[in-house]
Amino acid sequence: MNDTLRKILAPTIFIVGIIALWEWAVWYNDLPDYRMASPSDLVPRFVQFWDLFLIKSWETLWRTVVGLALAVVVGTLIGMIMGFSRFAREGLYPILVGFNAIPKATVVPIVALMFVGQHDFNTVLVAFMISFFPIAVSVSIGLSTLEPEYRDILRSLGASNFTIFWKIALPKTLPEFFGALKVAVTLAFIGTNLMEIVSPHGRGLGDLFDSGRISADYPLMFAVLLALAALGILLFYVVVILERIFAGWAERSPG
Amino acid sequence: MTTSPYMIELREVSHAYRTKAGDLPVLDDLSLKIPENSFCAVVGPSGCGKSTLTRLVSGLMKPSEGQVWLHSQLVTSPRPTVGMAFQNPVLLEWRTILENVLLPMEIVKSTMSRAEAEKRARHLLELVGLSGFEDKRPSELSGGMRQRASLCRSIIHKPDVLILDEPFGALDAFTREDLWCTMHDLREEEPCTCLLITHDLRESVFLADQVVVLSGRPAHAQYVLDVDIPAKRKLDDLYTPRAVEMLATLRHQIQVAQGRAADADAPLAQHAPPAKPVRRPIPGAMQ
Repeated sequence: MNDTLRKILAPTIFIVGIIALWEWAVWYNDLPDYRMASPSDLVPRFVQFWDLFLIKSWETLWRTVVGLALAVVVGTLIGMIMGFSRFAREGLYPILVGFNAIPKATVVPIVALMFVGQHDFNTVLVAFMISFFPIAVSVSIGLSTLEPEYRDILRSLGASNFTIFWKIALPKTLPEFFGALKVAVTLAFIGTNLMEIVSPHGRGLGDLFDSGRISADYPLMFAVLLALAALGILLFYVVVILERIFAGWAERSPG
Repeated sequence: MTTSPYMIELREVSHAYRTKAGDLPVLDDLSLKIPENSFCAVVGPSGCGKSTLTRLVSGLMKPSEGQVWLHSQLVTSPRPTVGMAFQNPVLLEWRTILENVLLPMEIVKSTMSRAEAEKRARHLLELVGLSGFEDKRPSELSGGMRQRASLCRSIIHKPDVLILDEPFGALDAFTREDLWCTMHDLREEEPCTCLLITHDLRESVFLADQVVVLSGRPAHAQYVLDVDIPAKRKLDDLYTPRAVEMLATLRHQIQVAQGRAADADAPLAQHAPPAKPVRRPIPGAMQ
């Protein structure tokens, strides 16, 4: 089969198949929509609230992206510090692991109190907190496992540490970095929605989900889940494209 | 003396690594003299401090005692007049072969313009048999080809000293012999002073003007062999009685260094004269 054709056809077949199976399962078991809404129940919600879906999706999306950008900057910085200094690595690791182990749902009310009223900032902060860890770890591992010969080849020519970082360490870490970024993307969405749902402030898809819950509009809640999945797929593939551009060299042709 | 008539000179160099169990002496009172444009190979038992030697000469490390001189200057830090190649070709996978070869030019201040450097890189790649591969990535090349590219990178900035730390060690025997010849071709066009670290005695005799045998750790120069094979060497030169004799001498010295033979000055066992070649008919072959 043609390569491009397969790349389009395979996901389409699977998506259509799963929606059909879902529709059939709801119909066959005769489930009421508060237990399981069927895909055909969702279509009217999307049609009815399409403008709300667009507005709320945008609110969720930009905060997630800002939180993610912050995670990239701070995560890379922490990763660099840990990658270059063994002292910092041994000191920071337990703290980072401990911080990462705290369920972020418990942090949300605390953050909401700490920065009361600053909804945008709070949401971005939670998205950041939940997603910077994999980035920091992957960058630090990438840097600390740099073979000494790579360093020597430049150092023997009198290159500065910054040059070594810029010319070798940074590009060499990019494949690991993008691997971590793919994980961080989905984590950041979880962070944004945690804030929007646990501490409602009337913005984002989390708010739409909450209003579905309050008004007992169950199909709307399912519709929001689908919208969130769509956003996640969108952002994930943006990262995939960036990875192709900046770290395409690491991809081996199959066979 | 505050200068050195040699291109590379080590004066009574000793070096020890600090470990938990105390100081680990690696080099002890090692002296080496390498004249300009000559080729010196260093052989010795494994773990005797050969790689430490390269790091001292390149200025990546300072010796605990003694002095290292390059080009009449005391070495205290890395210097751009040195080129290095390792057993691992350490090519940057995200760059093309040409960009890899040009890497030192981005760091060393040179009078060459970018265009001149690129012309030179293409010429060097042609010289080692890699023309047509300039725009390929390292992952598309075989091990031998990568090592060839690595050699080009080590001399692109016209260093006067080339340090080779077992660059052919990980290659198969035939590729390795090919690269020895490439090395001769390169030096014919670009004379430079070379310091080669190797485990391969044939390699040392084929490439070098002098072969230094290091003793076991802590190492000093136990034996120096002047290789008297004339210039324009061919692989066949390794199979002359004189070459075999030199190899046997080196072999013996290595055994002394390993502590397996008693005396460094003891005469070698007499070699049997080379046997006359016997021709056997090949079964089934047409006579």
